[in-house]
Amino acid sequence: MSDIVEKTLTALPGLFLQNQPGGGPAAAKASFSSRLGSLVRGITALTSKHEEEKLIQQELSSLKATVSAPTTTLKMMKECMVRLIYCEMLGYDASFGYIHAIKLAQQGNLLEKRVGYLAVSLFLHESHELLLLLVNTVVKDLQSTNLVEVCMALTVVSQIFPCEMIPAVLPLIEDKLQHSKEIVRRKAVLALYKFHLIAPNQVQHIHIKFRKALCDRDVGVMAASLHIYLRMIKENSSGYKDLTGSFVTILKQVVGGKLPVEFNYHSVPAPWLQIQLLRILGLLGKDDQRTSELMYDVLDESLRRAELNHNVTYAILFECVHTVYSIYPKSELLEKAAKCIGKFVLSPKINLKYLGLKALTYVIQQDPTLALQHQMTIIECLDHPDPIIKRETLELLYRITNAQNITVIVQKMLEYLHQSKEEYVIVNLVGKIAELAEKYAPDNAWFIQTMNAVFSVGGDVMHPDIPNNFLRLLAEGFDDETEDQQLRLYAVQSYLTLLDMENVFYPQRFLQVMSWVDASLSFLDGFVAEGLSQGAAPYKPPHQRQEEKLSQEKVLNFEPYGLSFSSSGFTGRQSPAGISLGSDVSGNSAETGLKETNSLKLEGIKKLWGKEGYLPKKESKTGDESGALPVPQESIMENVDQAITKKDQSQVLTQSKEEKEKQLLASSLFVGLGSESTINLLGKADTVSHKFRRKSKVKEAKSGETTSTHNMTCSSFSSLSNVAYEDDYYSNTLHDTGDKELKKFSLTSELLDSESLTELPLVEKFSYCSLSTPSLFANNNMEIFHPPQSTAASVAKESSLASSFLEETTEYIHSNAMEVCNNETISVSSYKIWKDDCLLMVWSVTNKSGLELKSADLEIFPAENFKVTEQPGCCLPVMEAESTKSFQYSVQIEKPFTEGNLTGFISYHMMDTHSAQLEFSVNLSLLDFIRPLKISSDDFGKLWLSFANDVKQNVKMSESQAALPSALKTLQQKLRLHIIEIIGNEGLLACQLLPSIPCLLHCRVHADVLALWFRSSCSTLPDYLLYQCQKVMEGS
Amino acid sequence: MIQAILVFNNHGKPRLVRFYQRFPEEIQQQIVRETFHLVLKRDDNICNFLEGGSLIGGSDYKLIYRHYATLYFVFCVDSSESELGILDLIQVFVETLDKCFENVCELDLIFHMDKLLLLNSPLSSLETVVSSLHGGEGSVTRVKDLYCCRSQRTESCTGKEVHYILQEVVMGGMVLETNMNEIVAQIEAQNRLEKSEGGLSAAPARAVSAVKNINLPEIPRNINIGDLNIKVPNLSQFV
Repeated sequence: MSDIVEKTLTALPGLFLQNQPGGGPAAAKASFSSRLGSLVRGITALTSKHEEEKLIQQELSSLKATVSAPTTTLKMMKECMVRLIYCEMLGYDASFGYIHAIKLAQQGNLLEKRVGYLAVSLFLHESHELLLLLVNTVVKDLQSTNLVEVCMALTVVSQIFPCEMIPAVLPLIEDKLQHSKEIVRRKAVLALYKFHLIAPNQVQHIHIKFRKALCDRDVGVMAASLHIYLRMIKENSSGYKDLTGSFVTILKQVVGGKLPVEFNYHSVPAPWLQIQLLRILGLLGKDDQRTSELMYDVLDESLRRAELNHNVTYAILFECVHTVYSIYPKSELLEKAAKCIGKFVLSPKINLKYLGLKALTYVIQQDPTLALQHQMTIIECLDHPDPIIKRETLELLYRITNAQNITVIVQKMLEYLHQSKEEYVIVNLVGKIAELAEKYAPDNAWFIQTMNAVFSVGGDVMHPDIPNNFLRLLAEGFDDETEDQQLRLYAVQSYLTLLDMENVFYPQRFLQVMSWVDASLSFLDGFVAEGLSQGAAPYKPPHQRQEEKLSQEKVLNFEPYGLSFSSSGFTGRQSPAGISLGSDVSGNSAETGLKETNSLKLEGIKKLWGKEGYLPKKESKTGDESGALPVPQESIMENVDQAITKKDQSQVLTQSKEEKEKQLLASSLFVGLGSESTINLLGKADTVSHKFRRKSKVKEAKSGETTSTHNMTCSSFSSLSNVAYEDDYYSNTLHDTGDKELKKFSLTSELLDSESLTELPLVEKFSYCSLSTPSLFANNNMEIFHPPQSTAASVAKESSLASSFLEETTEYIHSNAMEVCNNETISVSSYKIWKDDCLLMVWSVTNKSGLELKSADLEIFPAENFKVTEQPGCCLPVMEAESTKSFQYSVQIEKPFTEGNLTGFISYHMMDTHSAQLEFSVNLSLLDFIRPLKISSDDFGKLWLSFANDVKQNVKMSESQAALPSALKTLQQKLRLHIIEIIGNEGLLACQLLPSIPCLLHCRVHADVLALWFRSSCSTLPDYLLYQCQKVMEGS
Repeated sequence: MIQAILVFNNHGKPRLVRFYQRFPEEIQQQIVRETFHLVLKRDDNICNFLEGGSLIGGSDYKLIYRHYATLYFVFCVDSSESELGILDLIQVFVETLDKCFENVCELDLIFHMDKLLLLNSPLSSLETVVSSLHGGEGSVTRVKDLYCCRSQRTESCTGKEVHYILQEVVMGGMVLETNMNEIVAQIEAQNRLEKSEGGLSAAPARAVSAVKNINLPEIPRNINIGDLNIKVPNLSQFV
């Protein structure tokens, strides 16, 4: 330390001799009082940065002369310091004054000392060497009898103090905890907190004194100690459980208004104190039922007392909600907290809306239905002009992503990504998209395209784990070989197309990913390599260029593969020189790929691409015929077709289209919410492919009747086909929204990015590929899935015939049993029992063989929209010959829909331990979950007014039911609507969707047209019911 | 914890810069600039919360700001602070400034370099701004350029004042006091020293005794904490 002093002191004379400005110290002194004012004025008046710099430099050099002049008094020094502070704040170096600031703090009288301390705390940082010079001054001032000096010393200690000098002042500050003045105690507590932050070990022994501070009779001291407790409890909550009671007592008193009035802020008692206490309680009660029980009362009171008259009450409410959801749950409180979240979310004030979204994000895993309640608000927030609101909404969506809504959510994220400029936003978002894509990708094409977008936008900044994981995924593959093959093939093809484009620059990391994939494939698949080298001519230069880059900076770290390098039998394996890449450099990368596939992923890749006969020849040929990408050709045709259909649709459907789109977006976003199921990538592909399969079927059926109309003008659409279209629309759009959104997205992003030439082709490419997705799928899956053709409607019809087929279920209506699958050993048939509170699915398994079957087990795959619960008594260890056993599952619906599939399998062991598995699927309709709602006309009236979602539609009635009663009867029988009353030509009906979503229907007859008017608390239910009504009315 | 408090005007000129976390000098300047650009882009009718820029730690940190007439008050905080709580803390800070500087144009006040008295310009008094804030729910009152309203300046106080006030509100990144009267009382007690400055330097002994007897506010503020059974053993003095 003395060295430093010496150095500084020796430097001083040098400063002296330096330019003495014209006036000298005496002149400076004269104008001191007004110097700062004129400086500020001068600066403010200036317009250019350059002028400012000139003026400040002038000022600094005059200050430099003044502070180092021996004639400068401490009083003048004080004024100089203030000006130095100002210059430093503007970003100019005033380091020559630091030592003088310390001297001022050491030597000055109270006022000068104050300025000196302030200057020091603004100029220096904790590890600045000059700070050591201050320690003695601080020690002296802490011992002072002057209150102000003590306070100043404590303040400076809590702002800035060298860590290694803590022992020098610690006992003094500890003493201050017993000081008679509360302000001193308070500052001492905060100073100790500061020590706890920078050197926790040094204050460990005084934790007990913190407890004393918590019990201080002064509220301010107690509040200051909460800073420490919040921190310590965050680090280790179990050590402070015993204090829960005290915190609760304090909060109770605060909430109950026991504090002096001066603690009120806008008549709210000590809001900041409440916030702090609530945070502490949240930490203490986490996962701890006993501790949580202590605080239920006070939380309830906090929620109750918070009258919404000021912003700060919302601050308390927000913390309260947060705490209620953090601690061990209590349903009553959760209910109240959920209501509070509603207040936030629905608030017109944007700050509160933001916090509402934040709260939703926090509670969403515990209570997904809350998101459903607010889905329309969330949708609105997605298009909010405030990017912060948008980002918070995306964060929320990220938390609720599942296999069903992944495409829509990722689109929204990509949209935002393309608009973002800030690096940390991109890093964050890119990571999330990659994570979701890996977890929930519905199909290969989508996965690769999404990852391409991720790499091309975030390639330069993203976390290196993303490309590593991606490559590992490609290399290791899944259980399904064909799936893997297609994934890789698709990846290579998409890269070839991307690389084929000229004047496009991709981030380096993206190129590395591409080259890695290429390299490994070119070794394994001769053909792809050949095609590459043949078609390489146009795009070889960029390829080589990136290879060189790769060799220069090996950013990618293939750790897991690198490990295997030594163990793998590398000898004898030759890099197929010149297959795709001629240079040495590229040889390297090919080897990298080779090593990896060779050693680690032997099983996965060898089978597909190994030397046992170049398996993928078939695909390769396809590739050959249609150039680099076999996929899009046909798909374009299909998509053009689809696009035309959609265009027609959009023209026909003009009314409230926006509204509907929002609702559709909502239904596609919040689909499958609440299902706890985590399905792997394969399982996902499964459910999605079902969707696609069904869709393509619908399309086929439709194309028959509408192809001719397509060629005509849109106006020639008859009202009948209009209705037909409506059907199609509802059944179809749900699944199509994704595609539509993608298109929209690519359009907008094209517009947005059009100024940057480099990105444009990529965007085009992206939209192109995403368009091809559905057809790819339809093709893939048409061959794989052959589910039964039965429709829910037919089942429903059959159901009305009471059958004496099964014993214990006669009290409920049930459907006929239908065989869902069989083989030589067993046969499985199923039927539905429409219980009052749920749908009971019964699968009865008959053992047709003469042998005993062991461990027969029936399992239902988790499905979108449904919550399937196994009923007890389902597991059968042994199934005797020629016997029948049934498995029962209760099914609850989680989200309105039109039709859905429930798939499962039955597995069993034969006597010879040969095990077999048989898959089946059952179609469920919305009607399976509709029950009559028996209410009075009065209740109907009340409910009608309270529901916000309504849908109106006119339906033509067939002749057989031209009168209202017969029409209603049909609805009653087929849809299980309850007829409340018929008044003249109007009828009131009601039903509920299990478990308890009511829907009301008001009917009126004009001639042969039945006007249907639905209202419900659920936004989508009326649409679905209308669709069912139309089906029924036209069908009969 | 509060990481930084920045006050700058509509042109991005810093008026008060206080960091509670160590950043190199150049980075501090960059943070001020970056923050300014972040808040400048934002309309007054969108939310008062922002994610911290890349320099200050990205999404782990929040920028909470208020825009009063020509000034932006920005608090950069970590996740342990309540957003709405800080928003009101800014309000307390500004109201306290108003109280301490009596009828001072808020521009000059936050310029914190001068204590300026204004002649006949009710519009420019911070009081009006603040009182409109009470009713106007955080909405920003746009006050016309205040430079023109000023005909005479008296320079008596200096920029350190604002820092002193801030030190009573936030100490080392922690909220010290949120009770406006208490803050004002502390500041007034300290300022009483200023008036007797001459005496202090002339007769140190007298001054010391004067300071000793200085009347720091002591409002009886008791709270019953319930029966806490905490034993405080005698700790040996730190050696």
